Amino acid sequence: MNTAEKTHQDNSDNLSNRANKYANSVKVTRWTAASKRAVILAALLIIALAFAPLFASVGFIDRLTALFIYIILATMWNALAGYGGLVSVGQQAFFGLGAYFTIRIAHLGLDPFVAVALSAVVVAAVSYPISLIMLRLRGGEFAIGMWVIAALIHLLVNLDGLIQGETGISLISLNSYPSQSRLTIIYLLALFSMTGLLVMLFILLRSRQGSAIQAIRDSEEAASSLGVEPEKVKRLLFVLAAFGIGLAGALWLASATSFQPKTYFSVQWSAYMIFMVLVGGIGKFEGAILGAILFFLVETWFSTAGVWYLVGLGAIAIAFSLFLPKGIWGELERRFNWQFLPVGYHVEIKHSDPNKSNNK
Amino acid sequence: MTNQIIQAILLGGYYALIACGLSFMFSIMKIINLAHGSLLVLSSYLFWWLADSYAISPFYSLSIVIPIMMMIGWALQEFLLQKSARGGELLPILTTFGLAIVLENLLFEYFGADTRSLAPYIGDLSWESWQILTDIYVGKTSVYILLSAISLLASLQLFMQKTAMGRQIRATAHDPDTAGLIGINARKASAIAAAIALGTIAISGLAMSIRGVFDAYSGGPQLLFAFEVTIIGGMGSLWGVLLGGIVLAMAQTIGASIHPQGFLIGGHVIFFVILLARLYMANSVIAIRIKKVFGGLR
Repeated sequence: MNTAEKTHQDNSDNLSNRANKYANSVKVTRWTAASKRAVILAALLIIALAFAPLFASVGFIDRLTALFIYIILATMWNALAGYGGLVSVGQQAFFGLGAYFTIRIAHLGLDPFVAVALSAVVVAAVSYPISLIMLRLRGGEFAIGMWVIAALIHLLVNLDGLIQGETGISLISLNSYPSQSRLTIIYLLALFSMTGLLVMLFILLRSRQGSAIQAIRDSEEAASSLGVEPEKVKRLLFVLAAFGIGLAGALWLASATSFQPKTYFSVQWSAYMIFMVLVGGIGKFEGAILGAILFFLVETWFSTAGVWYLVGLGAIAIAFSLFLPKGIWGELERRFNWQFLPVGYHVEIKHSDPNKSNNK
Repeated sequence: MTNQIIQAILLGGYYALIACGLSFMFSIMKIINLAHGSLLVLSSYLFWWLADSYAISPFYSLSIVIPIMMMIGWALQEFLLQKSARGGELLPILTTFGLAIVLENLLFEYFGADTRSLAPYIGDLSWESWQILTDIYVGKTSVYILLSAISLLASLQLFMQKTAMGRQIRATAHDPDTAGLIGINARKASAIAAAIALGTIAISGLAMSIRGVFDAYSGGPQLLFAFEVTIIGGMGSLWGVLLGGIVLAMAQTIGASIHPQGFLIGGHVIFFVILLARLYMANSVIAIRIKKVFGGLR
């Protein structure tokens, strides 16, 4: 017995020695010089954008508002699909609900901008019971089941007499603001919402929950075997995405002023989100932002091409999923080891090959 | 009341027919084809184009459209699904969704915004009906659609169970690698399965364009109906598809009688009710008791 214990002791000593040796040879870091610079630059850019209404033209401010909303949509769809492994073609449900609840809350007599913020909270609350059913579905069943949810919610919203069916209604109370300041407020609200949601997701992905999320992204089976609870994490992502997309819908309504259920509950919104995330890079924090910017440029230049523009979007989405499934950012990250907004870790192994750094 | 039930069963036959291809592809290839609805509309346009430009009766053009759709199915498997299925279960959702967007917008570009129907090309059949009770009439086309759904489901079932090819497809569906080990060409089996699925889509495209109107963007709602039928009927069961179609049509009929806009809502609601029931019943005491009772009977 004594011998056995001693051997055990030796073994564990040996192990811990080796672990120490290993620990000395490996350096785990999050921030690199490049990523520090990138975050500071991003912060400066956002501060600069906040002052844009002082000198930029009305049309430019309006377009930038649209860009911020696209970034929110792409980031939220990416959070769901890229990290949670939940591909949905029904996120227009929350986009439409965000707009609908804004109309409803403003109708109670509240300030329209307060209604925008409250509406997103209501959408998140509504998404929770939906998640209880939907998260039990897998893969394609979840994807198209969400589309059924969107279709059902669209029909139910049409039942509300206030909306007047497909004719729709305008957010009339916006008229209490003069048009110039209205535009500026919506712009700043969109900028603030986008920044807030990006920071929120960034912090979430870097937290303990975030490690769980990224573990699930890489392999759900392996993650559950380590004690990660995929259900809990997926529910969190589902509600967060509903909140963000609801907010985007509310902001879109504030900027477009009129609400026609058909446009807001259109499956086209899902097509846009899928395009942005696939092109930018699914499961990459920076990828969704890049994808939204590219989509914004493509829309600005080609949306006059009408139907061919949509054909092009679909074809590009197919091409990316077949030939470049990690998207443009995934490719850049692989080639140049870029990681500007670090949500993972850098693992450097000193002994074996000091030049080689392993990027997680 | 009796009339409503009979009409709902006939409508259910139509839903079963359009769900056939989706359910078959899902049970064999484990892929939910989001381009299902758009492919259905594509085949409807093919029938319409042959009838409109060449005055070919839609029933004769079945012999042209079915092979065309089967070839499209083979190409779809060979060039799109084969590659995307290897990238995990999420990728086929994205590629077939992209395909749906491309297809429906191309159809819109080519055929324009007008709604089309094949009813003018089938003569009197489109409005003829049989009187089955003193005050109950059933449309001939609806009856033919129900009968074709039943015979299509029966022949698929027979093909899968009785023929060598059917067994090979089932083996591939079960485990492609092992099927390969025992000499089955898994790639060929999948391509044939995809071709069959698209062949059934051609038949349902004819049904859709005869019983109503369609346009380039009609695919979305049809996809949702087909999907709901597949889930209600229970996946992997071809006869479940028929049952699912009838349940969906019944729920829509009940919905419509409650509220003028309740037709579609009724369908979506029954879908979620059955989904919920299935999810929560799976391990409940009642389900186990039911299983015991039915197990005892067998």
